[in-house]
This record gives sequence, C-alpha cells and structure tokens, in this order.
Amino acid sequence: MSSISPQEIKEEFFKSKMGLAGIAILGTLILISIITMIAIPVETFQQWNNPGNWISYPKVAVPIWVNFLNTEKIPEHSILESPNIQTNSNGEISLTSHQFGINFNYNDFPNDFIYLFSSEYVGSPLLQMSVIRPDGIKLELISMSLPHSNIKTIHSERIFSTDDVIKKNLSLQSDNFSFNLDRLSAEDIVFSKTQTNEPLKGNYIFSIDTYSIKSETRMIESKLIIGGKAFGIMGTDELRRDLAVGLLWGTPLALFIGLVVSIASVVAGLLYGVYAGYKGKKTDETMMRFNDVIYALPALPFLIILSVTISNSIFVMVGFLMIFGWVGIAKVARSMSLQIKTRGYVEAANMMGQKDSKIVLKHIIPQLLPYAFASIAISVPAAITTEAGLSFLGLGDPSFPTWGQILHDANTFGAASRGLWWWIMPPGVMIAITGLAFVFIGNALDAIVNPKLKR
Amino acid sequence: MKRYVATRAVTMFGVLMITLLITISLVGSNMDVILKQGIVFQVRAEITENPAIADSFSSVSEFEEFVQNQINQRYEILGLDEPWYSPQRVGFTMYKILLLDFGHATFLTSDAGSSDVKDIIFEKLPRTILLFTTATIIISIIGIFLGALSASKVGSIVDRLTSSFAIISSSFPVWWIGMLMIFLFSFTYQIFPARATPDIPPSDPGYILSLLYHMTLPLITIVMIGFGSWAYLVRNFMVGIMQEDFIMAKKTIGINQKKIVYSHALKNAAPPIVTILALSLSGSLGGAIITEAVFDWPGMGRLYFEAITVMDLPVIIGSTYILTVFFLIGIFIADLLYGYFDPRVRTGT
Repeated sequence: MSSISPQEIKEEFFKSKMGLAGIAILGTLILISIITMIAIPVETFQQWNNPGNWISYPKVAVPIWVNFLNTEKIPEHSILESPNIQTNSNGEISLTSHQFGINFNYNDFPNDFIYLFSSEYVGSPLLQMSVIRPDGIKLELISMSLPHSNIKTIHSERIFSTDDVIKKNLSLQSDNFSFNLDRLSAEDIVFSKTQTNEPLKGNYIFSIDTYSIKSETRMIESKLIIGGKAFGIMGTDELRRDLAVGLLWGTPLALFIGLVVSIASVVAGLLYGVYAGYKGKKTDETMMRFNDVIYALPALPFLIILSVTISNSIFVMVGFLMIFGWVGIAKVARSMSLQIKTRGYVEAANMMGQKDSKIVLKHIIPQLLPYAFASIAISVPAAITTEAGLSFLGLGDPSFPTWGQILHDANTFGAASRGLWWWIMPPGVMIAITGLAFVFIGNALDAIVNPKLKR
Repeated sequence: MKRYVATRAVTMFGVLMITLLITISLVGSNMDVILKQGIVFQVRAEITENPAIADSFSSVSEFEEFVQNQINQRYEILGLDEPWYSPQRVGFTMYKILLLDFGHATFLTSDAGSSDVKDIIFEKLPRTILLFTTATIIISIIGIFLGALSASKVGSIVDRLTSSFAIISSSFPVWWIGMLMIFLFSFTYQIFPARATPDIPPSDPGYILSLLYHMTLPLITIVMIGFGSWAYLVRNFMVGIMQEDFIMAKKTIGINQKKIVYSHALKNAAPPIVTILALSLSGSLGGAIITEAVFDWPGMGRLYFEAITVMDLPVIIGSTYILTVFFLIGIFIADLLYGYFDPRVRTGT
C-alpha cells in the first residue's frame, strides 16, 4: 500500500482508455435517467402492472425499426386521436361526422381495429361507421343506435372489429370481393384487395357519423386504433405494455440500487474493518468472528427468504443486499489498517493522546480511500445483478419494476422459446452495459491502486 | 494447527445453528398458521367422513364445542398450544433438523411420489452436484491453463483477449445468457431441448443418457460465463508470483520460460487457486437457484424456487439447511487449505 495523491489518481485515470469508456457509458446512463424522470412521470410507470392502463396497445408487437431492415413491411400499430370533425345541422336532424385518415402501406393485415368513443347526448342518436378504401369502394361497417336516455347522459363504448354485426354487414357487401369471405375476420376483408385476399395499400378513411334528432350529440372522446404488429421503439410484451417505458425507467432504478448498495456496504465495511484492525486484541477477535458468521451465511437463499417473509419493497431490498455486501470489504480493510497502524505518524498521534475515532477517521481512512473507490465501482455490478436475479425469480417490487422483472415476465410467458427477442435482449443488454460501465471504472482504478497487476 | 481447526469447526457449527435459527424465526409464524390450518382441515374431514359423530349431537353449539376440543387436543399433542417462538419448540425443531428430519412437504413431492422432504432433497441433490461440479471442474481446468498462458505472455493478444473477456463476461448475468442460449439453440436452431428436465422416467435405462443430453446447454452456459473470470484470477496470481525474486533468479540461471511458468510459478500459485476452487464449488450451489430456474434443471435450485413459489415451508427450511451445510463445508475446507498453505494464518497474527 503506497500512498498516491488524489491528483495522481486523477491523472492516471484519465490516461486509461478503459476508465474513460466506463465514465462515458455511465454518463450516458445518467443522462438517460434524467431524461426519463423528466419525460415519463413516475405515476405512469407505477401503472406498469395495471393491465387497464395498456389496453389500447398491441400484444407482443415488434419494435417499429424492424420495418427499416425488412422489405416486408409489418403493419404499425396506430392510435388515431384527432379526427377531422364536421357538424351539419339540417332542421331537426343534426349530423356529427368524425373522419380518420390512415395511410396503410404494409405487406400484412392489421391485427384488428377498435373505435373508442364517449359521447354526450339526449334521446337516442344513431351511429354509423363506414370506411372508404383507396380503390373508392365504401364499406358499411356498423349502424347502431345508442342507448335511449331522456336526460343528458354520457355514454362510452368500444366497437371492436371482432363484433359479429360488422362481420354480418361485410358479408352482405360480399359482391365487391371475388373470393369467399366466410372464414375471414373483418380487418382481413376491409384491408383486402378485391381480387385476391392480399393487403391493399393506400389511404383509407374511416368515418363515424352520428345522427341525432332535435339536439346535438357531442363527442367527448373519439379514438380509432388500428391494431398493428409493430409498436414503439422497443415493442410491447404479452400484457400489451410498452417495453420502452419499462426499460427507460429501469435505468435510474438500477443505478440507484447499485450505487446505494455498494456505497453503503463499502463505507460500513471500511469503518468496521479499520476499527477492528486498529483496536486489535479482543475487540478485533470478536468483530472478526461476527464477520465470519455473516460471511458464511449463504446469501441468495437468505435474500429469497427475507424478501418473501419480510417485504419485497425495493428500499428494504437495498437494505438486505447491504447486509451481505460489507463483509469482504471489512476483511481487506482490517488487514490494511493492521499495516497502516504500525506507521510512525499513527503511533505518534496515538502517543499524543488523540482519540481513537479521530485517528481512525483522520489518519487511517484517508489512506484507504483509493481502495474504497475502486471497491465501490467493482461491487456495483454484483448488486445490480443480484437484484435483477431476485426480480427474475419474481420476488421484486411490483410497484417499481426493474429490468430483472421484465425478464421474469419474459420467462413466464416463454419468450425465449417463442422467439420474442425484443423482450429478452434489451433488458439483459442494459444490465450488462450498466455493469460494464462500473467494471471498467473499477478496473481502471484498481490498476492504479494496485500497480502490481498492471505491468 | 489443531487449535486452528478446532476454532474453525466451532465457528462453522455456530454459523450453522445461527442460520437455522434465523430461518426458523423468519418462517416460523407462517409455519405455525399452516400447521394449525392443516389440523383444523384434518379434523373437519374426519368428521364429515363419519356422519355418525355429527348425528350424536343435539345442538349445533355442542357439536362445535366437540370439534374445537378435538382440534385443541391435537394442538397439544403436537405442542402447538405454545407459541412457535417458545424455546422448547424452537429447540425441538432445530434438533429434528440437525438429524435431517425435515418432516413432510406441504405441496411438493419427489419424482417417486414421496412427500418426505428428506427424500425430495436427496433425489434432487445429486443432479445439482452433477451439473455444477462438472461445470466448476471444466471452468477451473480451462481457467488455469488460459490464466497461466496469459501470465507467461503478459500484454500479448491472448492475455488481452482473456482479460477483456473476463471483464465483459463478469457483468452478464448467467441466467440471462441462459435465456439467450435457449432462444438460440432451442428456438432458432433446434439442437438442444429448452427444458432441461428429461422427459422419460428415471427408471428407464436411457435416463442417464437423456439427462446428460439435457445437461449440455446449461453446462455450456455456465462454463462460458465462468471461465473468463477464473482465467483472469489465475493470471493475476501468476503475474504477482512471476515478479518474485526466486522466479527472476530462475530466469537468470536460464531455465526455459515454459518450465518456469507451468511448474514453478503454477506450483506457487496453487494455494490460493485451490482455496478459491473449494469456495466456488460450494458457492455455485447457491447460485444454482436462478440458473436451474431458467433451464428447468430438476435439481436443488429449482426445488428451492418451487418451494418459495408455493411457500412449502418444510422444503424451504430443509433446502436452506442442506445448502448452508454444503456452503459451510466448502468454506471450512477452503479455510483449512489456506491455513495449511499459509502458516501465518493459523498462528493468528
């Protein structure tokens, strides 16, 4: 243990490519975290396990950028929220017309389409939904009256393409198509060429007309969802969740877990070990015996039992991880302080009658700081992977899902054997990159602190 | 030396007891509730099976009182009338566990159909040992050779590759690589089965072969992730030793490099390597929990995971105990080896 000044460490560190790479990755991750925390509110993220929040998203959709790599274009999931609104009043009857235009340019049929609305009305308005195709054919989809009401009322409904009425209406218009419509679903007919059952590319206009008598119907919400097979930059999972949200929010969480656990365990281990080594004799003996006991506890089984029986809150889990984190550091810190203790200035300070706490804090700990920083960086990946492992087993905090939990869900739904690569790859890559950043920084520091390894 | 062994052994036994005590205190209250519910269920079932008992009572309250009496009697026989944390019950439970009497599992059974926790554990244990011991041995062989090779040519391509591979592989979780391997070799290229549980009964003569076939994918994964850091470790030990004076002296005499590396330096690096081998062998058993869950390997790890999922407390306690015992044996052996190789440790300076 030679003493190196902080200035030297800094200089050496910035010479090491590995250290710089680590700092660069870490900087990017911190940037991602900050942007995420500003852009995506925590409340949205805490709805992760609430299926109702994700209902308008598609199931297991691939990321949209796949379309740039393939020639076969996979239909993108689109949620159309701003229709072209026209109102027409002709004496007693008033008409509200909502039109959604969509440019359909893919080589496959969409999964489904859903019209979602809520309207305010009196009486019993009539709602008609039709679609004008690129080839000019107009297909009537549904014609229904909203439930009757004498007073002003608000009614919300979803019209699904799987609705039997739509199917029936389409089969009434089967003259337009030169093939049998019997076994096809509504979206396969609406978006099909007339000659063969292949997707017809071009502009489609879905129009929803509401007729009401004597009073006007006001649409409060009006949304058309064309269910595709590609969505977002990261795709979605089996439960329709946007994986980008989970992955982005996982970054600050992983950094939080890794840094808090490793800083706290290193500080605790350092103080414990240095104190034991400095005091020596009986104190050292008892403290190291206790250390041995914790060291010999099998960590993972215990973490599992603790999280099952006590709590799986992310903050409590951080505490559990600390219990097992400080032991190794304490051992090394003790042996280092045994060496430093014999140095002249420590003995001098001791003879001058300085307090033990002061000697430990002022004279011994500063000598160990470079080592402490290196061990903080090196122990971060272990903390992150352990937490990910626990979450992977399904023991994580459901209100703050981490990358491990995304992988847990992927494993539960058999993503690996179904080939859903976008569900498995990104979370693991993120765990690995985060770990790598700290391993790089730690190794670069370690090489400076222990010059023997470098050579 | 004797004193050293004795203190270590006493510490280890102490740790074992503490582990047991912590486990029992963590799951004790749950266990109590489950046991009591079991008894209530049992009594009610017996009474419904025998309608004559119910008929012999004139009023409902009388009947309920009789049922309650029956339940209380059984509580007393099993000692459940005292709280689970009473010293008597904890002591008795610990004594039974020490003798490997873990009682009966609540939900899980062994492949042969026995619900005795001891049977279940001793059926799964050999498979875990088979997989992880094989993996550790392969890892250490590759690691030692690669480590020695890179230590003999510090700064060479081999050395740099080994070091960077070690650093990169150490930050990947094994189980995630496992999922990727399943994705690659079971889904994309259908070479190996995705589930590592053999699909034929253990009595079949082809069982061993099938087991080995199913073992390949997990084995490759564990070795792939493990050998890098081993090689790096061995390399660092060796580099340290290669700078020692006696090696320098040998070099100046003119003994060839290969001989120095493989016989003299490796021999001196042996103590820490052997120590770490003992540690990682026992440590791998704990890490088995997640890896086995991914590959569905029918060993202790998966058993533990299943037991946690359905909260099968006797199995949890039993497996924790067995895992701890193995872990402690590993640490104990490592300690002894360390003390044997390095005399400073046992004199206690």
